[in-house]
Amino acid sequence: MQAFTTLTSIVTPLELSNVDTDQIIPKQFLKRIERTGYEDYLFFDWRQDPGFVLNNPAYGGSHILVAGKNFGCGSSREHAAWALEQYGFRCVIAPSFADIFYSNAGKNGILAITLSEAEVERLLLQAKTADGYRLTVSLESNTIEDESGFATSFQIDPFRRDCLLQGLDDIGLTLRHAALLSAYEQKHDTENWLLARA
Amino acid sequence: MSQAKTLFEKVWEQHIVAEPAGEPTILYIDLQLVHEVTSPQAFEGLRLAGRRVARADRTLATVDHNVPTDKDRIHIKDPIAAKQIEALRKNCAEFGVELFDVNSVDQGIVHMIGPELGATKPGMTIVCGDSHTSTHGAFGALAFGIGTSEVEHVLATQTLPQSRPKTFRIAVEGELPHGVTAKDIVLGIIGRIGTDGATGYAIEFAGSAIRALSMEGRMTICNMSIEAGARAGMIAPDETTFAYLEGRRFAPKDADWERAKQEWRKLPTDEGAAFDRELLIPAHELTPYVTWGTSPGMVVGVTDVVPDPSLGETEADRNGLARALEYMDLRAGTPIEEITIDRVFIGSCTNARIEDLRAAAKVLAGYQVHANVRGMVVPGSQQVKAQAEREGLDHVFREAGFDWREPGCSMCLGMNPDILQPGERCASTSNRNFEGRQGKGGRTHLVSPAMAAAAAVMGRFTDIRTWQYRTASREAEVLA
Repeated sequence: MQAFTTLTSIVTPLELSNVDTDQIIPKQFLKRIERTGYEDYLFFDWRQDPGFVLNNPAYGGSHILVAGKNFGCGSSREHAAWALEQYGFRCVIAPSFADIFYSNAGKNGILAITLSEAEVERLLLQAKTADGYRLTVSLESNTIEDESGFATSFQIDPFRRDCLLQGLDDIGLTLRHAALLSAYEQKHDTENWLLARA
Repeated sequence: MSQAKTLFEKVWEQHIVAEPAGEPTILYIDLQLVHEVTSPQAFEGLRLAGRRVARADRTLATVDHNVPTDKDRIHIKDPIAAKQIEALRKNCAEFGVELFDVNSVDQGIVHMIGPELGATKPGMTIVCGDSHTSTHGAFGALAFGIGTSEVEHVLATQTLPQSRPKTFRIAVEGELPHGVTAKDIVLGIIGRIGTDGATGYAIEFAGSAIRALSMEGRMTICNMSIEAGARAGMIAPDETTFAYLEGRRFAPKDADWERAKQEWRKLPTDEGAAFDRELLIPAHELTPYVTWGTSPGMVVGVTDVVPDPSLGETEADRNGLARALEYMDLRAGTPIEEITIDRVFIGSCTNARIEDLRAAAKVLAGYQVHANVRGMVVPGSQQVKAQAEREGLDHVFREAGFDWREPGCSMCLGMNPDILQPGERCASTSNRNFEGRQGKGGRTHLVSPAMAAAAAVMGRFTDIRTWQYRTASREAEVLA
């Protein structure tokens, strides 16, 4: 996956709470067997509305999305992360994220940042009202800054941060523990009430 | 004396493969369930990396999301859906994974067939590329939905790197009031704590009202724990659990069965074990619920009114509430019982088990579906369908005017041809009322199976607690 270090971009405000993955990528696009080509389907139904924020040319080329709390709730579809990333969003900022989306985002090189409600409200207001409002997000320093003096830092799990900074995939990392896994499995398989088939 | 532990802690600790410093725990996965929608890119990833499925014997597959529910469903007309199902067949054949295909007597929604086959067992870790994997927690398993990258990870290694969630006990104490079901318990919980109320937590549902539930009811509750944002929902295994599992295809047999029960009896939370958070809900405070908006937390009692959107805490919240009212074409203050409906869907991994169909049929017996309503029943699995037909429930549904269909996810998410038309309003026993979930422009109200059946007859929502039950047909008498 693509590494994430520092990003400067116009900010797209999506001022809604509980944005679910059914909206991020509607079901009809889940029938595809490919992992790419989802960019045109991001927020497909909402984009039919000319007033929807992604249709506003002022936010064209934006890589940072700011949204309300509980972003990415609902279905586990990783297609939501694929669509965001392929559309160009590398960073989503919200007061909270649903667990599965948060995990899917990280595995696709998207930095999901949790800030306080007040900070997110401030960013949403700025992005809506200040022309060309930009943020610089640095994962190297765990900071977010704008060009008019706003600066804050964010928390992120150190392991997730490392993976994003280096663009590391998980399977290879897990296979470092192959010897422990083999030993565990040998013992575990004798406990046959836990076998999938008995 | 050893430290008192929760059910979650016991299952978690029994599955730790490695705990590398500063990294997530490598957790062993006992069972992965696979379906057509979230697996093709995972199998393709294995292929590209030259990897195999590590434990095909811990992997089961079925087709559910895309399959049509009409009689002629072998010939799928949607070419993209057909290609995706064909991809699953090829992948299962190539990687040696057992597939319960559309013509299998065990086919069904993935979260139905795991328990039915006895593949789902207490103390297991279970994953699936589907958020409603939480269903299996009803057996005292740690079960959660994952993304496709994680599906690939489990296929390749039979493990997952996982950060440990916090623990949250929700105790529902006392006797459930008449007409209040498992669905109402979970809708009531989500209404109280919100759709992000359990984010970061594994919930344990406990208390006398939970203990009194059948496995079907317990599955309904654990199924929707994801709708409160929880990583997982769990219920301690007990004699109800064992009675359900005994004799099922993949359940242990003979001496193994006795040994398994001994182990499973060690799983319930120890006296005095500490949870990170606790909530007590007196059962008598619960009521039959109806969702009014586009998130499962937008829920009120059937005798309440549509709430006022200006009550949201932030601008983003108020926008969400106002948008929901507009999408649902409802006005604040409207009594729920005045909302008329066009469609009724009885189905989904939340409420398409035999008890759900019995409850709906009991309401419908001797009644006709309202002239303005089209009703459909989609049993969750072939096993449920066959059982219902043995009991004559299909006749009750058909006599009432319902369409009796073949198993699958169907109009829970409308990936197959079963969808709402724009503007249609549906009373649904499923789990999500998101915008467009059941079809673009469709309006979904989540309810229990009995409430859905009663709404089908009345053409509007009605309080099931006052329903006049009839047993007009011979088949219906069998139910009584």
